Amino acid sequence: MNWNWSVVDEFMPYFWDGVRVTLQATALGSLLSFALGLVWALLLRTPSRFVRWPVGFFVEFIRNTPLLVQLFFLFYVLPEWGVQTSALATGIIGIGLHYSTYTAEVYRAGIEGVPAGQWEAARALSLPRGRTWGAVILPQAIRRVVPALGNYVIALLKDTPMLLGIGVLEMLNQARQFGAQTFQYIEPYTIVGIAFILISYPASLFMRYLERRLVH
Amino acid sequence: MTAELWEAIFKGIWITVQLTVYSAALGAVVAFAVGTARTSRHWILRFLSGFYVAVFRGTSALVFMFWLFFVVPLAFGWQFVPMWAATLALGLTYGAYGAEIVRGGIAAVAPAQREAGIALSFTPWQRMRRIILPQAVPEMLPPFNNLLIELLKGTALVSLLGIPDISFEAQLARLATGQSTTIYLAILGMYFVLAFLLTRVMRLLERRAKAGIGQAPPKSGGILGKLRIEETERSTKAGLAGGAQ
Amino acid sequence: MSTDSTGPTGSPGSTPAASTPGRSTPGSGNGAELIRFDKVTKRFGSNTVLDDLDFTVAPGKHVTLIGPSGSGKTTILRLLMTLVKPDEGTIRVDGEYLTHEEKGGRLVPAGEKHTREIRKKIGMVFQQFNLFPNMKVLQNITEAPVHVLGLGRDEAEERARELVELVGLTECLDRYPTQLSGGQQQRVAIARALAMRPQVLLLDEVTSALDPELVAGVLDLLRDIAHTTDITMLCVTHEMGFARDISDDVLMFDAGRVIESGPPEKIFSEPENERTREFLSAVL
Repeated sequence: MNWNWSVVDEFMPYFWDGVRVTLQATALGSLLSFALGLVWALLLRTPSRFVRWPVGFFVEFIRNTPLLVQLFFLFYVLPEWGVQTSALATGIIGIGLHYSTYTAEVYRAGIEGVPAGQWEAARALSLPRGRTWGAVILPQAIRRVVPALGNYVIALLKDTPMLLGIGVLEMLNQARQFGAQTFQYIEPYTIVGIAFILISYPASLFMRYLERRLVH
Repeated sequence: MTAELWEAIFKGIWITVQLTVYSAALGAVVAFAVGTARTSRHWILRFLSGFYVAVFRGTSALVFMFWLFFVVPLAFGWQFVPMWAATLALGLTYGAYGAEIVRGGIAAVAPAQREAGIALSFTPWQRMRRIILPQAVPEMLPPFNNLLIELLKGTALVSLLGIPDISFEAQLARLATGQSTTIYLAILGMYFVLAFLLTRVMRLLERRAKAGIGQAPPKSGGILGKLRIEETERSTKAGLAGGAQ
Repeated sequence: MSTDSTGPTGSPGSTPAASTPGRSTPGSGNGAELIRFDKVTKRFGSNTVLDDLDFTVAPGKHVTLIGPSGSGKTTILRLLMTLVKPDEGTIRVDGEYLTHEEKGGRLVPAGEKHTREIRKKIGMVFQQFNLFPNMKVLQNITEAPVHVLGLGRDEAEERARELVELVGLTECLDRYPTQLSGGQQQRVAIARALAMRPQVLLLDEVTSALDPELVAGVLDLLRDIAHTTDITMLCVTHEMGFARDISDDVLMFDAGRVIESGPPEKIFSEPENERTREFLSAVL
């Protein structure tokens, strides 16, 4: 194994570009998944099964099929429908949509985790629907939800390399491009691998800490 | 879509199924070896297994796959057959998540069972094999089911390395015909059916495992239950997230 | 290993008796002892559960430990079963050190293997039964004889059937523990412990988790075993009537020490210690 530090120096500018794109995709993808997941979770609680069943099927379908193929679908099919977006935007939509099916479960578990007595107490006080949700249920649910959402942000981060499939220049793709041009593969791929561990391991420790603080 | 293209796609399904089965087998071995090592009395085993889990859960499966494909041959001079490199990458990565399931399952067995095993003079290994694991394994099956579906989805990554699985053949078909919508919807449908079949098989295993240890089989849901693959399991990928735990 | 082990009677230990005056239980006539605690101290955090404890049990004797909760009675059983380790002092079973080994004239902490060999002489019945839920009754009983003692399956099953008959559960051989009542489970647990042919049987509040109407059946069974076999019993219980019936000796515990000991007639009828009197008047 011959490690060459000058190759590392050469790669670093590209690496930082890749880090920026990776973090951007992670942040925006997470926000999208938080918002969409809440939509699914609330739709799945509506009384009408004409809403629940199609939404339920859609969510299950997205969750049980590969993100990579979904990205291809969006990337090649959206333009046919007249929607023109950049590769990065498509990637963010795809990854956000995929993870929203997981966050929907998190919200559902969080909401169901609030004891039934809280609903009954809100009803006994004749609180309006909005207050019941806004002042009673969600503030209690959020404590369970935050650490779980955080864990999905980490999982999402680790799935961002798939965006290279549609040409987004995130970390892994930067390494690949660099390798294709210079025929130096060892350093760039190793650096990217270590970078993922260096970001996600401390993040997961932090989530564990949050979990202990908030849930218990 | 011509007949040849469909045929290629069906060959791709076979590759995907093979990859899933091989990586699941490797992953299961890794999961049980590493997961039980994490509960060992010897600190060195606990440390090494903890390190393994931290590294493989910390990194991204695709990055590791690229590393195996491009760095290992250059750095160590080993050239893998692509299928084996892919199996290795998927098995080692998902095995690390599986190890956490195994560890959790073992931890969930009542400590009194361990004490009863000590009182009957079983060796630590006998306690694990005859008392703890038989009780823990049925509890591990539902999370293993979720992990297996994540693994099935993960096999699509190999298409980026030129292994002709379903996703790869779909790309070829798209290039040949330009019918993106039809092809990708069909492919997604195939993955969904595979995931559904996997879930059925795992449910069957779970029912048999529980009956084998004197527990009532789990209730199966109605029509909607059959449709909704993960009817009872709450969080699927929560265990897939962090590097620690 | 210096001593032989011949069946449930046990054999006199090789160590000469040097019991501490006042605390030892009366010997069985030949001065032999099967269990011996020497200056055993056990702490959980800052709480000293056993304080410099000495006591001995002679082969074939039935000894009952009584006393208020938290006085360390159960800890004695758990120490013997090596579920917890002593902080100070030594325990000998049948003349051999349980958690220590003699190496080059010095006592060093014993390896798992040594401890396991000694432990085979001891059986235990737990408060919560602790049957293996994944095995049917028959397998619960045969599992350890087959895999620990190396008995043939036929022989182990033969032994199990005899024991199941003894505990009166022949019709339950093919059931899982969850399909049995608490009393039935505890009787299976007794059979499971006896199947190992231990020299000593430890009984840890074996009726505390049972519904009141099931207690009598289990106690009758234990009385029967106590009176018809020569197995040594060490028993923690709150059933004073039972203690009176089966015990050769009763040890009264308080705050990690034995404060009084003697035959049941004496302890229950004319206790000398003030704390014993208080305790007995509270529970009787």
